[in-house]
Amino acid sequence: MTKSLIYSLIFHSVMILLTVLTLPFMIRQPIDLPPIVSLEFIQISDKTNIPFAPKARKIIEEAKKKEERVVSEQAPPADKAKEKPDRIPLPDEKKEKKQIVKKKQNPEEIEPQIRQSSEFEKKEIVDTNQIAALIDKAKEEEAVKKNKIDKLTQSSVKNSFATGLTLSEEDALRAQIFGCWSVPLGLPYDEDLLVRIKLKLKQDGTIMKSEILDHQRMNRPGQKFYKVLAESALRAVRLCQPLKVPPTGYEKWKDIQLNFNPTEMLKG
Amino acid sequence: MKRFFLALAVYFISLNSLYALIEVDITRGNLNPLPIAVSPLHVDIKSVEHEGVRVKELGNNISAIIEKNFKNTGLFNPLKKEAFVQKPDIAHLKPRFEDWRLIKAQALVTGKLLVKDGKLKVEFRLWDLTAAKEMTALAFTTTPSNWRRVAHIISDKIYERLTGEEGYFDTRIIYVSEKGPKSERIKKLAIMDQDGANTKYLTLGNELVLTPRFNPTNQMITYLSYFRNMPRVYLLDIETGVQEVVGNFPGMTFAPRFSPDGKKIIMSFAEDGNSDIYTMDLETRVVERITNHSSIDTSPSFSPDGKYITFNSDRSGLQQLYVMRSDGSNVKRITFGKGIYGTPVWSPRGDLIAFTKMRKGRFYIGVMRTDGSGERLLTENFYQEAPSWSPNGRVLVFYRETKAGSKGEGFSATLWSIDITGYNERKLTTKTDASDPSWSSLLSK
Repeated sequence: MTKSLIYSLIFHSVMILLTVLTLPFMIRQPIDLPPIVSLEFIQISDKTNIPFAPKARKIIEEAKKKEERVVSEQAPPADKAKEKPDRIPLPDEKKEKKQIVKKKQNPEEIEPQIRQSSEFEKKEIVDTNQIAALIDKAKEEEAVKKNKIDKLTQSSVKNSFATGLTLSEEDALRAQIFGCWSVPLGLPYDEDLLVRIKLKLKQDGTIMKSEILDHQRMNRPGQKFYKVLAESALRAVRLCQPLKVPPTGYEKWKDIQLNFNPTEMLKG
Repeated sequence: MKRFFLALAVYFISLNSLYALIEVDITRGNLNPLPIAVSPLHVDIKSVEHEGVRVKELGNNISAIIEKNFKNTGLFNPLKKEAFVQKPDIAHLKPRFEDWRLIKAQALVTGKLLVKDGKLKVEFRLWDLTAAKEMTALAFTTTPSNWRRVAHIISDKIYERLTGEEGYFDTRIIYVSEKGPKSERIKKLAIMDQDGANTKYLTLGNELVLTPRFNPTNQMITYLSYFRNMPRVYLLDIETGVQEVVGNFPGMTFAPRFSPDGKKIIMSFAEDGNSDIYTMDLETRVVERITNHSSIDTSPSFSPDGKYITFNSDRSGLQQLYVMRSDGSNVKRITFGKGIYGTPVWSPRGDLIAFTKMRKGRFYIGVMRTDGSGERLLTENFYQEAPSWSPNGRVLVFYRETKAGSKGEGFSATLWSIDITGYNERKLTTKTDASDPSWSSLLSK
């Protein structure tokens, strides 16, 4: 009798423990990035003299105190730009022109004083040689990357078949996004370019929250192509919303992951 | 007991899979060009007139050039201005994103300019309309007469931000301008902006000129010209107009091209029917023989890292492409397809070699990987050759000739460009017939 009771207690406690560990709502969610909400307060007062609303001015002043600014990743460093060779005038152009031309090689960055930065706008080290480096790297690591892609694709197929959407529902969703996704044609065809976006959906298929799972990669040097692809994928899901989701089973598909991989398409 | 554990395992597996995250693979999209709205740049009311520049029209003119550049890439679809929903000055401060989205635009370019004290100041912003945020913003100051270049530089910055690649708009193309009947063509060296504007002639047309090539690091060019009926390789400094013969070879020198660092010239030297590849250091003038074979080795081109050279040779009996180390060792044949291969050019990105192929009387421009695999023929025609890469390795420019009649009538030579995907083949506008194009590196780099 005592033995049976002990067995029963052990089994029940194991069951409770496993249930706690397995059920999704019991698991701690990973730290989510703030959603991309754009609040633009652009101050170009020295150029336009347009008065700011008192509330906006207050916010601007507060932000100035913080002395934080987001640098546009396109702006080349000023000192670097100065070193750049000047445009060489044609024989019939006067030499005087040269010095003036030099100035235009130094684009100034226009800095909005306040801007809520999204994941796209984090600081990035600009390396002009990175494209060539990327290509070389891509060649060396081609085999490894291919394996990676295969693994991911296999797992995703497994998951989507095992759960949630039926094949026709999945196809409908896929077809909808195909129509919205303008694949950037300039992307290299031999790169590992898999963008995974996790979406939290409302019941009507509109997007409550979108998160690029490997968002850190966007800000790494030499990952411009990944960034461009991620941006295009985000544009696609936003353009497509409300997404074509089944009328029932909200709990199953309220969280969904889309894996954007243009490799096959780019290879033609 | 075993059954119990089995049931338990099945229970938890099913429980887990029930709540697993649904994943959907998106492997296809549309190839439609990105719809982009390029708002005319707002001209500041403080602007003053400047000699030779129509200041009031400058905002429209700059945006028109940006639009044309984008349209020519085939990657963007600039939307018609009639549909624009906001005035340029207001849009530049804060676009009404939802309104711009109504006209199906996904990106918006706004800007303003001021001409004052003999200077032109231009600023622009690029907006992501679906994310409702600014993507980049820059300002430039220059002389008002350089407004075309500002438009090209802005195009480059936007292109780079949207595609991840460097742009190629602030560049020039050098080519051989041709005039007159086929048997008596007058050939001059000519240079123009990549969009066909600002054509200038660099030689008078007294001597035949061929195969001009840009130095990838500056505005020096090398080309072939005939002197006393003997082809010689020349160097020309576009800035000073000074030109000189490269080396003092007893025979013919031809097919010149710069090394990636611009410090050497690689070319062919022919004597007694045999031609080999040589390099010459432009500082020390030291000449180095790279190949030594009884066949005709010509059209050499360095890889962007300077470690390899591709060239064509008939050492196998038919003209094929080869790759070797830059010291001439480890020569490997890379083409084995049917037909004759020539004019190999290594991409600035390093991943591809462009070439001309002739098979069954037709000419093809194509690309292949540097080991010869993945050959893709991009375009076919009666006669076309001499591909040259855009500085970002995305687009090829080449020339095409039409078939002439028995008296030379109907003959023409024109420049064409094509994307390496094989899309977007288009004719370049030149003032005269044109051949042998060579694309410069970015002027503002």
